[in-house]
Amino acid sequence: MSDSPIAVEQHGPELLHHFVDAEQQRDAASLGMWLFLATEIMFFGGMFCAYLIYRFWYYNEFAAGSRSLDITLGTVNTAVLICSSLTVALGVRAAQMGKRKLLVILLLLTIAFGFAFLGIKGMEWYHKFTEHHIPGPTFNVDKLAEDNPNIHIDLRHEQIFFSLYFAMTGLHALHMIIGVGMFAFLTYYAWKGRYTPKYYTPVEMGGLYWHFVDIVWIYLFPLLYLIDRHH
Amino acid sequence: MATAAVTAEREHYLNKEYGIRSWLLTTDHKRIALLYLISITFFFFVGGFFALLIRLELLTPAGDLVQADTYNKLFTMHGQVMIFFFLIPSIPAVLGNFLVPLMIGAKDLAFPRINLLSWYLYIIAGAIYVHCILTGGVDTGWTFYTPFSTAFSNTKVIEAGIAIFIAGFSSILTGLNFVVTIHRMRAPGMTWSRLPLFIWAHYATSIIQLLGTPVLAITLLLVVFERAFNLGIFDPTRGGDPLLFQHLFWFYSHPAVYIMILPAMAVESEIVACFTRKRIFGYNFVAMSSIAIAVFGFLVWAHHMFVAGISLYSALIFSILSYLVAVPSAIKVFNWTATMYRGSISFTTPMLYAFGFIGLFTMGGLTGLFLACLGIDVHVHDTYFVIAHFHYIMVGGAVMGYLGGMHFWWPKISGRMYPEGWGRLAALLVFVGFNLTFFPQFILGYMGMPRRYWQYPPEFQVLNVLSTAGSTILAVGYVLPMIYFLWSMRYGKIAEDNPWGAAGLEWKTSSPPPTFNFEEEPEVTWEAYNYEEIAAPAEVPVER
Amino acid sequence: MFDNFPLWPARAAAGAGNVDALYIFLVALSGFMCVAIFTMILVFATQYRRRRGVEAEQIEGSSALEITWSIIPLGIFMVIFLWGAIIYFHERTPPRGASEVYVVAKQWMWKLQHQEGQREINELHVPVGRDVKLIMTSQDVIHSFYVPAFRIKQDVLPGRYTTAWFRATKPGIYHLFCSQYCGTMHSGMIGQVVVMEPSQYQAWLSGGGTTGSLAASGESLFQQLGCTTCHRADTQGRGPNLAGIFGKPVQLEDGRTVVADENYIRESILSPSAKIVSGFKPIMPVFQGLVGEEQLNALVAYVKSLSPAPSGAAGATSTAPAGTKSQNP
Repeated sequence: MSDSPIAVEQHGPELLHHFVDAEQQRDAASLGMWLFLATEIMFFGGMFCAYLIYRFWYYNEFAAGSRSLDITLGTVNTAVLICSSLTVALGVRAAQMGKRKLLVILLLLTIAFGFAFLGIKGMEWYHKFTEHHIPGPTFNVDKLAEDNPNIHIDLRHEQIFFSLYFAMTGLHALHMIIGVGMFAFLTYYAWKGRYTPKYYTPVEMGGLYWHFVDIVWIYLFPLLYLIDRHH
Repeated sequence: MATAAVTAEREHYLNKEYGIRSWLLTTDHKRIALLYLISITFFFFVGGFFALLIRLELLTPAGDLVQADTYNKLFTMHGQVMIFFFLIPSIPAVLGNFLVPLMIGAKDLAFPRINLLSWYLYIIAGAIYVHCILTGGVDTGWTFYTPFSTAFSNTKVIEAGIAIFIAGFSSILTGLNFVVTIHRMRAPGMTWSRLPLFIWAHYATSIIQLLGTPVLAITLLLVVFERAFNLGIFDPTRGGDPLLFQHLFWFYSHPAVYIMILPAMAVESEIVACFTRKRIFGYNFVAMSSIAIAVFGFLVWAHHMFVAGISLYSALIFSILSYLVAVPSAIKVFNWTATMYRGSISFTTPMLYAFGFIGLFTMGGLTGLFLACLGIDVHVHDTYFVIAHFHYIMVGGAVMGYLGGMHFWWPKISGRMYPEGWGRLAALLVFVGFNLTFFPQFILGYMGMPRRYWQYPPEFQVLNVLSTAGSTILAVGYVLPMIYFLWSMRYGKIAEDNPWGAAGLEWKTSSPPPTFNFEEEPEVTWEAYNYEEIAAPAEVPVER
Repeated sequence: MFDNFPLWPARAAAGAGNVDALYIFLVALSGFMCVAIFTMILVFATQYRRRRGVEAEQIEGSSALEITWSIIPLGIFMVIFLWGAIIYFHERTPPRGASEVYVVAKQWMWKLQHQEGQREINELHVPVGRDVKLIMTSQDVIHSFYVPAFRIKQDVLPGRYTTAWFRATKPGIYHLFCSQYCGTMHSGMIGQVVVMEPSQYQAWLSGGGTTGSLAASGESLFQQLGCTTCHRADTQGRGPNLAGIFGKPVQLEDGRTVVADENYIRESILSPSAKIVSGFKPIMPVFQGLVGEEQLNALVAYVKSLSPAPSGAAGATSTAPAGTKSQNP
């Protein structure tokens, strides 16, 4: 281990032993988070690929299924998530400027927005349950057929749309729950004063993750809710 | 610096702390490497046990050792255990974890706690899979093809899928750690062009682990969802496409084979350089070929699907791309061979494994050309020809690379020498046993024996008997190192810092290294493989 | 050759010799490469083994050498690719006029229906010298139809048709294997292809009781299921007239144009709303669950029989490649 005076001076509690200096640690964390987000893109990518193919094959069913989703709730959720990304970004800035109280408030707001999103999503899923749009033996397209008199809805193909709907929004929601949990930890440590203008990397990295989850939703929303809305 | 007499009192990573907690809560990459070593060895023998049962069943044409369902579980679990719980982690998680920081002059990996998490994920995954084995097993084939796996199999598909899903995360985190470490934590003077080829190959492997494994994760998850929640994504009765599963599955599983072979190529470069006392011929080309393999490896997945029902034009494209990916591998073989020209060659155990690797990997790679060839693949797809091909690469290549690496770096890892005579004997047994086991399978395949067959027509028996005979020799060859490595930890000769006179930063610190790897942060002012400056010590025998 | 210790199966179909020729070329090439590399290694290992006082010579590399041993293998690979692609193209392109056999795979047996009406289980009788096209589907999981002696193999999928073809050249009995793992008795899903002289084949045909040709059973099914109500022989029907449509392009009401092949007919029966013909309404009932695979085959055969394109004729020596069948990528 190096005994140079510079290393000793910078060796605050947040600098981990194996790093040479704080800058290396921050760079490593940043690269690590971006790489992790790349893996997440590949993860969701598999589902987007399936979506692409089946939408091309079963367009009518996808359009009908899309129209049956609650566009108001979906739009509200989109706004909620975008606001939460704003609060996160402002939170990173607050950390940069050493404003502890502001940081805590913004993180709490982000968590609140997160819960709002999850609550609304839960409501939407419940609606799907009451409308018998859960794939499997209870699946029923009567209402869909009513609402779409000019096209024939194939009950089997419609299930594929909803299978993808639940898989994609479900995994997205899971990522949000993990994100909210992570922000809970960040809020606690922020309140304890751990984040300073010299060291706020976890807040920044948490923010990156949250922005990514937001972007996934920005793709999910039009792909699931906005297929052929003007019919 | 440290002499043999001082080693016993000197503090290093093995004796710094004792007790189970110091191991289970360690963040030292070297200890984590050993934790992995123990775990993957366990799974190697589990998978090997299944293989032995398979070969015993195949001694006779009739299905008379186990029931058909049991046999189907045996080959499924042999494949899944060997691939996901042995081969994929093996070299990266053991040798990579141990050596990457040492080779670049760092104190540890970028994220030591994530490294430990990676091992725990592997253990949890392994525990779930062992539970799956003990409570009935899974019989879908390692490839989980739908709709059999989603709607017809009566075995523990969900449990196996979840176990492999978790193991995938272990793999992703290892890859992530390596990429960040190699980018951000190289010692002063350790430029990219001075990196050992071991690092280049592990870098390429890590890129594949990062970008490919998540696709497997989502694919398995969708299979699990379909079974658990009745979603219909792959269900043909609801309009789902079974081919979609195959595309998604092979999008990972083809690059996965490069995850399994690139690290072995990494080891090969280090061993060949050391025991020819020369810089690897064509360093730049070998380094770049690793990257090329990683990139092209993502473009060829549907060569597993030539008869699956894809269009003629898709097949043409994937066939041509598959030939392109063969070129960088060929380049490596030529370069290793050229390195031997005007070298100064010794026949230590690692070098014997290295020779075996070149031979067997070449044969395996050449037979890959057969499979990439559309006209031939139609005949040999899903036959024993394919099995022979991938075992030549996975066992003849990857496992021999792993064993060679374990012998080469054993002094560094344990501070002891293994017994050289036994080492050479084991290498020979592995080589002979391997060829006897798998060469007949090429012939079996072209003759038409399909794979995953519990019973078979009698004309295939002779070759099957030869194959089983070989597998018993192979088994002995694998058990021997287990025994003498353990023996050496107590009774082996104490190792010098650099018993092989090898180049590389890992040899500039003591054997075993201290916890933080180097007494002082190294500063690199020399090129890789500077063998002209390093004298070969006694361990490297002079052949008269 | 090598009767007591065979290296390859009998060659019993038209393309088998070509496949073996390419295989032998690859074996020779691989053998040559192995001998070359192993010899070089052996020579280097002997000549350059470590000796006292002799140092290794540090050679950086040679770009010229690297380029050479990249380009030459690449060139050879392209030759192999092309040769294999040509064989594959022929294998995937059934000739016009091939007689057709419908194959239904299920766990764990093969059910085959000849055009003439013969049904077989796990056995396929064919005459020497006739082009035979297999139109295959599965009732459950993915299987694969593999006849090593013919060097053909094609996965058989649930939910759609896949095709393969061969022309047997040597009388005899040859293995038929399922070569895609399909469950418990995957290794028991085997049978045989019986290749007979044409006269013997005729005898075999007239020997067993048949229920009339496949197309004829399809026609009666067509009437039984009420298809004639809408699909009339004129332009007054609520459904398109099916005469002459097979193999021709069809204009759909969403603007797309597709070719009316076996998969199109099958899909139109099971999921009529997937592709609506231009000018017609989506009112055709869904027949999924109401017709089994073998009945589907009969219906498809009937619709094909309404078109003038030669199908079912004994195309003895035709080798002209037909138009390619479209398959999903």
